[in-house]
Amino acid sequence: MKNNQKIIVTAVLAAAVIFGFGRTASAMHIMEGYLPPQLCISWGALSLPFLAAGFFSIKKTVSKDRRLMTILAMSGAFIFVISSLKIPSVTGSCSHMTGTGLGAILFGPLAVSILGIIVLIFQAVLLAHGGLTTLGANTFSMAIAGPFLSFAVYKVCQKCRLNRRISVFLAAMLGDIFTYCITSVQLALAYPSEQGGFLASAAKFLGVFAPTQLPLAIVEGILTVVIIISLESYARPELKILDFIKEGHAYEK
Amino acid sequence: MKSDKKKVIILLLVAAFIAVVPLFTLKGAEFGGSDDAGSVMISKIEGREYQPWFTPVLETFIDGELPGEVESLLFCVQTGIGVGIIAYNLGRLRERKRLLASAEAANDAD
Repeated sequence: MKNNQKIIVTAVLAAAVIFGFGRTASAMHIMEGYLPPQLCISWGALSLPFLAAGFFSIKKTVSKDRRLMTILAMSGAFIFVISSLKIPSVTGSCSHMTGTGLGAILFGPLAVSILGIIVLIFQAVLLAHGGLTTLGANTFSMAIAGPFLSFAVYKVCQKCRLNRRISVFLAAMLGDIFTYCITSVQLALAYPSEQGGFLASAAKFLGVFAPTQLPLAIVEGILTVVIIISLESYARPELKILDFIKEGHAYEK
Repeated sequence: MKSDKKKVIILLLVAAFIAVVPLFTLKGAEFGGSDDAGSVMISKIEGREYQPWFTPVLETFIDGELPGEVESLLFCVQTGIGVGIIAYNLGRLRERKRLLASAEAANDAD
């Protein structure tokens, strides 16, 4: 494990050096006023159907069994905690994680769009972090694209009969990274490079974001597994209703 | 169950380790970040300073940037809300499991 970490840290450091070491730049949400209005509107419009579906998805989950509210609240709270922690990274700047993997694995990606947008609004209004004009774009990357990838990765891992906790780790980690890939694409669409255009610009943003985010994504994966372990030991009945675990005895009403 | 406890502790240590290591290996780094982040890159690509066309609502209200200390306060509030909900519910679930187990034991004894 230690050796593995060394390899990871060196690899990321190497990447950081290649991409321009020491540059103070880190990945967060797209800031207020940094996307042209028409793009703000398009991303917002693109997010709306997911939010509507998410609303109904949550309604359905809760009507299945009210007790699931507890776990849903915890998944939302997990996003609150995780996305408030700014963590120093190997590139010499800070960034934070998304925390959306947990909800996506347990409740499906649609439900997370609602949980995610609550956090994004909180940060945009109170913390001047992210923004109201860029809310649509940030919602799409953090509360829709990331969770969808997490969900897909988890399902594929389960199909391959991978250990459940390893699947959770991979799902949460890749979802975190994917969120920032989408952010890079969104910024590149708004600011295509003069030479090379959109792709060159996307590569540039990704070069800034990816090395910073990689170690944090690993931390996010680990923390998600920790929460899953504690839910597995104390909330088996709920996890069974969610079809997350098959074994264990049924809930006594 | 025992091994789970160990696993959780090890995992948390690893997570803390990853988070703290850059502080020691990159002495003197700024660890600034957040807000100028993307804007630096955007200025580079555009070749000029970018002027955001909209300022955060809160900054418009208080007529200036949010002071750093207040910002960290609000971040703590966010963390606190989250941790509170998680910890409260985990405690509840833990007690529920304990009570169910002891109720079952009592039933078996009858």
